[in-house]
Amino acid sequence: MNQMKKLTALLLALAMVFSLAACGGSSEGNTASGSEAAEGESAAAEGESAAPAESTGAAIKLGGIGPTSGAAAIYGQATQHGAEIAVAEINALGGLQFELNWQDDEHDPEKSVNAYNNLKDWGMQALVGTTTTGPCVAVAAESNADRIFELTPSASSVDVIGGQTDGISRKDNVFQMCFTDPNQGTASAQYISQQGLGTKIAVIYNNGDAYSTGIYNKFSAEAANVGLEIVSVTTFTDETANDFSVQLNDAKNNGADLVFLPMYYTPASLILTQARDMGYAPAFFGVDGMDGILTMEGFDPALAEGVMLLTPFNADAEDERTQNFVKTYQETYGDIPNQFAADAYDCVYAIYEACNQAGVSADMSAEEICETLIGVFNGGFTFDGITGTGVSWSESGEVSKDPKGMVIQDGKYVGM
Amino acid sequence: MNLLLNTINGISLGSIYAIIALGYTMVYGIAKMLNFAHGDVIMVGAYICFCTMSYLSLPPAIGVVLAMLVCTVLGIIIERLAYKPLRAAPSLAVLITAIGVSYFLQNAALLIWKSDPKVFTSVLDGVPGLELFGGQLRVTAVTIVTILSNIVIMLALTTFTGKTRTGKAMRAVSEDKGASQLMGIDVNRTISLTFAIGSGLAAIAGVLLCSAYPTLMPTTGSMPGIKAFTAAVLGGIGSIPGAMLGGILLGVIEIFARAYISTQLSDAIVFTVLIVVLLIRPTGLLGKKITEKV
Repeated sequence: MNQMKKLTALLLALAMVFSLAACGGSSEGNTASGSEAAEGESAAAEGESAAPAESTGAAIKLGGIGPTSGAAAIYGQATQHGAEIAVAEINALGGLQFELNWQDDEHDPEKSVNAYNNLKDWGMQALVGTTTTGPCVAVAAESNADRIFELTPSASSVDVIGGQTDGISRKDNVFQMCFTDPNQGTASAQYISQQGLGTKIAVIYNNGDAYSTGIYNKFSAEAANVGLEIVSVTTFTDETANDFSVQLNDAKNNGADLVFLPMYYTPASLILTQARDMGYAPAFFGVDGMDGILTMEGFDPALAEGVMLLTPFNADAEDERTQNFVKTYQETYGDIPNQFAADAYDCVYAIYEACNQAGVSADMSAEEICETLIGVFNGGFTFDGITGTGVSWSESGEVSKDPKGMVIQDGKYVGM
Repeated sequence: MNLLLNTINGISLGSIYAIIALGYTMVYGIAKMLNFAHGDVIMVGAYICFCTMSYLSLPPAIGVVLAMLVCTVLGIIIERLAYKPLRAAPSLAVLITAIGVSYFLQNAALLIWKSDPKVFTSVLDGVPGLELFGGQLRVTAVTIVTILSNIVIMLALTTFTGKTRTGKAMRAVSEDKGASQLMGIDVNRTISLTFAIGSGLAAIAGVLLCSAYPTLMPTTGSMPGIKAFTAAVLGGIGSIPGAMLGGILLGVIEIFARAYISTQLSDAIVFTVLIVVLLIRPTGLLGKKITEKV
């Protein structure tokens, strides 16, 4: 009897947890299609009622996956918005039409694969995503097996494209719009050395995160070549990301004049706060994960004053395309787009141009489109976007474009 | 100098664990249940304080009071709806319900406040800390206030449970529910009151936690909650001074492990210490040895 009761209680509790999870999922799905409906109500409605796994023939079905909620929400929202703007612009041109369906994955590999399966049922023909590295590695394995073309705006680990780490084979259908982590690490070391930003470097990185560790490994390898002295290396994990006093003291005691922070903005904001509290003011140098720190609710921009980061996109750039994009983004979503939005915008345009070049049409199957686009991307295709001109891809899936150094001044990014 | 600095950092981290552990141990000591939702009540308290300060632009003091009020009411409601119907059920059922409540609170917070992290402005923003040895050592105002609050709360709780009638009723309930009911103690009311006090403490802990480490997310309470639970067990769960001792020890061990052994292994070391302590003293450092009568 007692056993019975325990069992029922366990089942009830599980049912409760699952129903909660389901609630969360569906409401997020709704908000995603809600914002989509803002640009094309009929398109969204058509997408929902269409028979699964069958293209309608009118528009190429683009899937998108990224965390529009969760700790990395700023990235997911930015990529979603950037892609939406690009799709709206392309559809307004006439010609080849796109239909975008964006799904939330909460920066969770399991949820990301679920989102991917949803999109596959919907009839996705190409994928823009996923936004963050961990989920992208999981989804890339699926899309590679299913032969669906995938271009990620911002998942920067080499494990996303594969072929560079033991045990992870090259996913020939996956390409990146952002720099890979090794490239960011190498480029950061070169940039710091060339610009003379510091000589004694401290690094704090998240050793539980592939993105952070990947950048650190290449940074430390390159630092030796360019004459930077790494005086302090300390780590943290997501579980210990609340207190950085030990790491900062170590940097301070070893006389570091520049602290390199290859991490996302949430722990970085804590590091900046604690450094101020302990009266330590070295130069801080971040990577693309630092982007978004200024849009955190309640963040004091004065803390980030003088923080430098490498990013391929500058919202203050003078060229017409960037300015138009920034203007539309600001009018539609109310804030200045970061590089994630720009990367996603470029992703949609790169797929669009590649489709035009190879004559891809909406009635082709996802597999046909995938093989055609792989041919284009590997065949010397170059692309001019707002994150770089003459952007090209190697067969490894890595992108080649120039990084730009930025510094935060008065709460804004300014080109260096 | 470095040793001193690390000790101070350890104590300031530990005092946060201690203040959360006080709530855990209070509820466990009296209601004999592990309230795993405690960490999430902390998160709710921090959000209430954040909203009062940021959206209504009210002074921090009002934010703290409001957070305590809301959390106290929330604690009573949770107890009434989720735990009271299970009073006669096996403790496993209550434990799982507590995990369910914890998930419920996190998901509810996700719906209300969305998941993007908010930066919590310290309630002591602008209050200068202590500078020693010509600025080489800094103790922030939050640390000082947290340690003071710990001591005040610890003394208040010990006096309350030791001296007042209600406090004595609580101890009686913790020893034997059936017998205390026969003695005319309202067991249900006493347990509700315990939850009210525990949740009110959670609000203070939430405000102090976020003042020290200012990122606020729906999952903010979970990891500190688990660490504080560990601290409570280390100090001897159910013992009020034990919670404080356990919390501070845990913080110091964590910081020392990070500073002198490895930043990568700090959590592993913390939990190894816990296992060793429990092997030697199964009831924790200050826990009472209770021999069960059969």
